[in-house]
Amino acid sequence: MRAPAPAWAADLNDETMELARATLGGALKDVFARVGEVQLWVERDQVADALRLLRDTPGLEYQQLMEIAGVDYPERPERFEVVYCLLSLTRNHRVHVHVTTDEDQPVPSVTGLWPVAGWLEREVFDLFGVVFVGNRDLRRILTDYGFSGHPLRKDFPLTGYVEMRYSEEDKRVVYQPVSLQQDFRNFDFMSPWEGGAYVLPGDEKGGALPQAKGAYTPVTADQVQKAGATAAPSIAPAGTSGSYAKGTNPPGGPDSGNRPADPAVIPSKGQGQNQ
Amino acid sequence: MSEPATTTIDPHLDQMLAHTSAADPATGDVTIQNYTINFGPQHPAAHGVLRLVMELDGEVIERIDPHVGLLHRGTEKFIETKTYLQTIPYFDRLDYCSPMCMEHTYVLAIEKLLDLEVPIRAQYLRVFCAELTRIMNHLLNLGSHVMDVGAMTPNLWLFELREDTFNFYERISGARMHANYFRPGGVHQDVPLKLLTDIADWLDTRVPRLFEDAISLVADNRIFKQRNVDIATVSRDDAIAWGFSGPMIRAAGIPWDIRKSQPYDVYDRMDFDVPVGTRGDCYDRFMVRVEEVRQSVRIMKQCLRDMPEGPIASLDRKVVPPKRAEMKQSMEALIHHFKLYTEGFHVPEGEVYVATESPKGEFGVYLVADGTNKPYRCKIRPTAFSHLQAMDFMSRGHMLADTTAILGAMDIVFGECDR
Repeated sequence: MRAPAPAWAADLNDETMELARATLGGALKDVFARVGEVQLWVERDQVADALRLLRDTPGLEYQQLMEIAGVDYPERPERFEVVYCLLSLTRNHRVHVHVTTDEDQPVPSVTGLWPVAGWLEREVFDLFGVVFVGNRDLRRILTDYGFSGHPLRKDFPLTGYVEMRYSEEDKRVVYQPVSLQQDFRNFDFMSPWEGGAYVLPGDEKGGALPQAKGAYTPVTADQVQKAGATAAPSIAPAGTSGSYAKGTNPPGGPDSGNRPADPAVIPSKGQGQNQ
Repeated sequence: MSEPATTTIDPHLDQMLAHTSAADPATGDVTIQNYTINFGPQHPAAHGVLRLVMELDGEVIERIDPHVGLLHRGTEKFIETKTYLQTIPYFDRLDYCSPMCMEHTYVLAIEKLLDLEVPIRAQYLRVFCAELTRIMNHLLNLGSHVMDVGAMTPNLWLFELREDTFNFYERISGARMHANYFRPGGVHQDVPLKLLTDIADWLDTRVPRLFEDAISLVADNRIFKQRNVDIATVSRDDAIAWGFSGPMIRAAGIPWDIRKSQPYDVYDRMDFDVPVGTRGDCYDRFMVRVEEVRQSVRIMKQCLRDMPEGPIASLDRKVVPPKRAEMKQSMEALIHHFKLYTEGFHVPEGEVYVATESPKGEFGVYLVADGTNKPYRCKIRPTAFSHLQAMDFMSRGHMLADTTAILGAMDIVFGECDR
C-alpha cells in the first residue's frame, strides 16, 4: 500500500481469516481481504453469535464496535448491507462484518454485546429502515420528530418530500410539499469513450489491466493496490528530502506501473506533467 | 424539610408537599415525585443543539435521554451526489471546531482506494495542520469546559489564542474556519515561509505563555477540582464497551492513540507522548486534553524542523489538477484541469474504513466506491455518537449541576454528531 492511510497490522489479515473460518464455521458465508481490509460475510440470523465469537475468542479479540454502517443496493435481492466495523485494541487490527437484509427481514441486535450498538442500530433503522430485533429502544434518532421515510435509501430523493417553514398566519412551523425554484441537476459523467456504463458493441474491455489512477477503470481498488505493489515493490516513503524525488517518480512516470502496455500508445518524453 | 414549605412557585407542588408531610408526620420527610425536565435544545452549556430529557429525583439524575439530530443536514446523502473533490467542504462543516482533521480522514480514505502516493512535504503539511487543528479544538473545549463549571477568565484567554489559530488558518488556506485545504494526493497549495516562521514564533512565545497561564488558573483550583474530580468516572471496561476513543478512552487509562498505534502520514516519524488518565473522571479528561495541546506543540515543532522541500501534491495529473501557470503553456494541463473540475476523477470499486485520531476521538469514514466519480456511500463515524450515548450511565446518580461538567468534558460538537 503506497497511500499514507492508517497503518494498522494488516499483515495479520491472513491469519485472521484462517482463525475466523475455524471459529465461525457455518455462520460465515464468505471471507476475503479487499483493499487490505478483511471482510467477513456472515449469515444474518447468526450475526450476534458471530460477533460474540469475534469479541471473545482469543486470537481475534475485537473488543470494540466502532461503527455500524448501512448501505443500500436496490438492485440486489436483499438490498441492504449492514456493516459492523470492529477494532481490536490488543491486536491493532480492524475487520468489517457484512450482513445482508431487506425491508422485512430483521437483523439480530448486538446491544447485548456492546451497549454502544444501541444508537448505531437506531441510526441504521432511521436512515435505511432496517429493523433490529432485540434493540429495545429502536426509535428514530437523526431525522425530525414525526418524520416518515428512510432518507438514505437510494430511492429517496435528495430534496425529500416536505419542507418546513414558519407560518406567520398559523404562528407555528408548518410542513409543505417541496417546491424547487430549479430542478436538481444531476450530470451524467459516464462516457462511452472511457468504458462507461453503456457497453458499446464490440467495445467490451474484458479483463483489462488497471488504467491510470483517477481515470475510469473497470477494475477494483483491490486490484489497483495489488498491481501497485507488484509494479513498485521497493517504493517506500522516502526518508529524506534528498531521496524524495526518486520516491514519487518511479522510472517512466508516476503511475507507469498501472498503465496498460499498449504498443499503439506512443510514450511521450519522460519529463513534465504531460505524460 | 421539617414543615410543609410553601416556598415553591408551583401551587401543585405546594399542595403535594403539604399533603405528604401531613400523611407521614413521623419522619418529617417528604416524598418528591420524579421530575422530567428538558435541558436544551437552546442552552448555552449544551454546546449546540442538544436536547436532554432528564428524569430527576430532586436534584439527582435518575435517567438521561439525549435527543440528537436537531442539526441533521443529510451530509451523507449530499456526498452521494457530488464528485469526490466537491465533497471535501462538507467535512469542514462536520466538526466545525476541527475542520482539517475531518478532511484528513476523508482524503486518506480516497487515497487508500486510489492507492495514491503522497509527497512527503504534503504529508508533513497535513500533520502540521492537523496538529494546529487539534490545538484549536482543545482551546475551545478546555475554555468552554472551564466556563461551564463557572470560571470565566481562562475561556477569554484561550479564545485569544484560538483567534491566532484562525488567523493561521486564513493564511494557510484562505478561510478562517472552513479551510477545504486537504486534497486527495496532498494539499491545495504550499504555505509561505513567513507563515511557518510566524507559527514557530507563536509556538515558542504566545502558546506557552497564554495557555499555561490560563490552565494554571484552573488546574489546581480547589473549586474546579470539586466540580470535576470523581465526576462521571468511567472504568476501562465501560470505555471499551461504549466505543470510547480519543481523550475519553485515554482518560479511562487505556493508552490508545491512533496516531501512535496506526500511524498515518508522517506520524510514525513524530516523537510525542500519549497522556493517560488514572481515574477516568472529568478532571482526567480535562488534563489529558491539556497535555495533548503540549504534545501537539511538540509535533508541530518537529514538523517545522524536518519538513522537506518538494511538491505539495501528487504529480499524478489524473487526480491532482495542474498549476495555473502550467495551464497557460500546456494543452494537456488545460484538459486535465477541465476534466478534474467538471467530471472529477474516478475511484476504483472497493470499500474501506479509514479512521484517524481527530481531536475528539476516532473519526472514521466508511467509503464505498463503485468505480464512478462519486462516492456510492460515505458513512461518517462521528466521535460524539458513542460518547453522548454514554451520557446516561455516566451521569446517573450525579447532581443536575454536574451535567454541564460531564458534557463539557466529552467535547461534543453537533455538526459532527448529527451530520
